[in-house]
Amino acid sequence: MKKEFYNIANLVTKNSKILDVGCGNGELMKYITENISKDIRGIELSKSNVQKCVEKGLTVIEGDAEKDLRQFPDNSFDFVILSQTLQAFLDPENVLNELLRIGKKAIVSIPNFGHWKVRLHLLLKGTMPVTENLPNEWYNTPNLHMCTIKDFENYCKQRNIKINLKNLKFQNLFSELGIFILEK
Amino acid sequence: MSEKDKIKTLLVKKPLKLDCGQTISDFPLAYETYGKLNDKKDNAILVFHALTGDQFASGTNPITKKDGWWNYALGPGKAIDTDKYFVIAANVIGGCMGSFGPSDINPKTKKPYGTNFPVITINDMVNAQYNLLEYFKIEKLFSVIGGSMGGMQVLQFVSNFPNKAHTAVPIACTASHSAQNIALNELGRQSIMADNNWQDGFYEEQNKQPDKGLAVARMAAHITYLSKAGLQEKFGRKLQERDDLKFSFDADFQIESYLRYQGSVFVDRFDANSYLYITRAMDYFDLTKKFGGNLSKAFEKSDTRFFIISFTSDWLYPTSENREIVIALNAIGKDVGFVEITSDKGHDSFLLNVPDFLNTVRNFLNKSYEKI
Repeated sequence: MKKEFYNIANLVTKNSKILDVGCGNGELMKYITENISKDIRGIELSKSNVQKCVEKGLTVIEGDAEKDLRQFPDNSFDFVILSQTLQAFLDPENVLNELLRIGKKAIVSIPNFGHWKVRLHLLLKGTMPVTENLPNEWYNTPNLHMCTIKDFENYCKQRNIKINLKNLKFQNLFSELGIFILEK
Repeated sequence: MSEKDKIKTLLVKKPLKLDCGQTISDFPLAYETYGKLNDKKDNAILVFHALTGDQFASGTNPITKKDGWWNYALGPGKAIDTDKYFVIAANVIGGCMGSFGPSDINPKTKKPYGTNFPVITINDMVNAQYNLLEYFKIEKLFSVIGGSMGGMQVLQFVSNFPNKAHTAVPIACTASHSAQNIALNELGRQSIMADNNWQDGFYEEQNKQPDKGLAVARMAAHITYLSKAGLQEKFGRKLQERDDLKFSFDADFQIESYLRYQGSVFVDRFDANSYLYITRAMDYFDLTKKFGGNLSKAFEKSDTRFFIISFTSDWLYPTSENREIVIALNAIGKDVGFVEITSDKGHDSFLLNVPDFLNTVRNFLNKSYEKI
């Protein structure tokens, strides 16, 4: 399992009620089910990933986070997880609002466009950065709304969303990935 | 062995109050079982059939000599594995495979009930089948499963008996029959009633059969079970055993010939009045009605784990209607999974060899069984 998932799993509390938005093949859900909380379910767009979740015995709903989060009542989960998909939504702002509406806390991770390798790539090569976390070219990337850790923090401040972040400058330059806990 | 001996029947002594107001008792409920009930009695699955199905879900139907209607999904080693699970399937009341139906003899008149048979509902069907749990002394079913009208029965069962099934798998169904589906059923009924042989439903005592009307009803319905893409791929404009059009009303096209055949074989195995009664039950189905239009309330007391399945090309019970059930369950925090299977085989997909569908059912059941 990738390191990001261990980090996210460490942020959720024992036996809490969790929704994994864009749960992929269910790897993170499986780990959390076996180690932290059985009360977890996922929502996933890809049909083949949905099948893989069912194979693992996980509760998964085939659906699109941009439209299908509406069906969950306010504060119906202790944690809502969104791993590295925020930048791929047509309307990430709406998705963030929904996450904070249905979850008491939202755990959001984003690929950091402010990482030094990304900055250096653009500076030296003059082409759109292609890195381990951002493996696509400009013409086939699913990422519509790239941002930096600093952008994301500014956004949360503007909207009065509580965000845990220390050492912003350091993180924005040296973290390939930002993982945040958000609260209304 | 006579035909009747091949049908297992439970005589339900307990009175059953029907939604129409009448009470029935001492009525036959025909059923079949597959696999073995284990000592803990925790491996039982109740399978509900669709409009023209019956209790013979697997193997060979001993009456029609045809394959059971769910042979692809149900049997030893299959998705619903009868080496592992004990499957009970019953013929719905109103049906024509041994359960109490309109062709039964009315003891008062000594003639078949015909259209004097009470109008039954999905709720009545489910309440009748509940007697099988008591008969087999099963405290809690492992699962209730069914597609189409079978799926409606699954939903009704969980609503009526919220703690009697660990899991529920409603497939390609709806919680409330749509105007389009009522219209299509009405088309079938009018076709039967327009047949002179129907005789207001008392055709049996006159030794007549409204075969033509029933065949047309089946032809029309059969189209709705397929998809445009599926039909086009299978038949296109292919001609039936001829090189060119005959400029007549013969079955020039393969699709015409196919539909005529489907109609003609159907009348040999199905009773016209049963067709009327069962389609009526589907039309009357609206699980939200009792709950002020709020479907969530139908499941409020349930502790069942749901898994809902729809098919991309099913326009009769489309994904959107299946999703309504998912939404209602999520609104009250119930454990619900949902998958839309890609298939161009239309509504009939759940009866056919659709590997993604069969694997999903197998995985859901086997993983859920580990948890109970």
